[in-house]
Amino acid sequence: MLNTESSLDYRTRRVRGRTIAVSLCAWVLLVVVSGGLGFAAEPSATATRQDSTVSIHNFMFSPTSLVVPVGTKVSWKNLDGEPHTIKSIDDTFRSGALDQNDTFSFKFDKPGTYKYACSIHPQMVATIEVK
Amino acid sequence: MSNDDPIVTSRRRALRCLAFGGAGTLFTLAGGVLTPIDLALAVTDRKMTAASGMPLFVQISDTHIGFNKDANPDVAGTLRQTIELVNAMPARPALILHTGDITHLSRPEEFDSASQLLSQLRVTELHTTPGEHDVADATVTEYFNRYGKASDRRGYYSFDHQGVHFVSLINVLNFKANGLGALGQPQLEWLEADLKARSASTPIVVFAHMPLWTIYEPWGWGTADADQAMGYLRRFGSVTVLNGHIHQIVQKVEGNITFHTARSSAYPQPTAGDGPGPGPLKVPSDQLPKMLGISSVTVQQHPKMLALTDTTLA
Repeated sequence: MLNTESSLDYRTRRVRGRTIAVSLCAWVLLVVVSGGLGFAAEPSATATRQDSTVSIHNFMFSPTSLVVPVGTKVSWKNLDGEPHTIKSIDDTFRSGALDQNDTFSFKFDKPGTYKYACSIHPQMVATIEVK
Repeated sequence: MSNDDPIVTSRRRALRCLAFGGAGTLFTLAGGVLTPIDLALAVTDRKMTAASGMPLFVQISDTHIGFNKDANPDVAGTLRQTIELVNAMPARPALILHTGDITHLSRPEEFDSASQLLSQLRVTELHTTPGEHDVADATVTEYFNRYGKASDRRGYYSFDHQGVHFVSLINVLNFKANGLGALGQPQLEWLEADLKARSASTPIVVFAHMPLWTIYEPWGWGTADADQAMGYLRRFGSVTVLNGHIHQIVQKVEGNITFHTARSSAYPQPTAGDGPGPGPLKVPSDQLPKMLGISSVTVQQHPKMLALTDTTLA
């Protein structure tokens, strides 16, 4: 009796264990799904996922040509000891002077081709294409 | 050397040291020709200064207040030395021309610090023209809020001093795609009208930040529409064109027009085409004062000539 009972108890415990494991899995899944949905619905999170970076080094933008989807936030980082600026030809965006390791960001909400240059060294030109 | 009074010698050395670091150029007017005189020389050699005529003005350039990198971690210090050099001149000129890049990043605190330092100059008038580093703020207002009055915020204006006609031009807005500076049509039209009434014997001094002739196009060392301006200036007997921007002396004489770029008081730059771009040049610290300087011009009355001198801080 004692043995049967104990084996029964053992089985019950196993079933309970499975139930707990399954419900735990479902809860985790639910959290992941809702978290994922929340991630997709949160504008800042979307921007994080679509961020693009342009570096400035040796008097050049890199890459000189960048294609990004609408809503992308593009960040520029100046790696040169000489200051640079980011100024679009049509004046849609314009940074102040970026010292070494300074950054500037702009979020592209409208499709189009944006040509820009450094207003201090205008031979430095590049393009952002927003689709 | 043995005849030299040791006190005089040490004073000369001290002044030359000073001249090495970040001086300007002194200009004398002689027979309608402007000639730069080494400022250290002007300070140490009174005879030479006297022979060259009376000091007309001193040119200071590219002070880059706010710069703090290896090429010169103390640009305020070298500007102070430069100012001491000018204040120590035996006959001080009335005018100072600052040919731009007063600040490094167009930040308000940099302009404030520069103003405080420049106020130590014992001269009557300070005239300025902006460099591209002075108009690098997103709104392009910091420079004009402080120095825009003389030009009604346009950046270009003229004035007369001791029979010399001075023209301040701006070529750091609206760059051309190849990187060259530009004056633009409204300014060129104004210049033509401004010069029209002057007699050809009037000595003319033109100053702007970027060179008004093409020194090196790949680095944008030139002004795309400068030729049109020179067309209005060619009929004058004495034209002196003064620029900064390249942090080293480059000179050219074309007919009656003398072109001259001044040293910086902050840091040197490489010679044209040497390296990836025209950035600050790091040199051994004992060499730095020899690469910083001012330009000065004196007037000689008979015949009326301008004489230009370059001086280093050491």
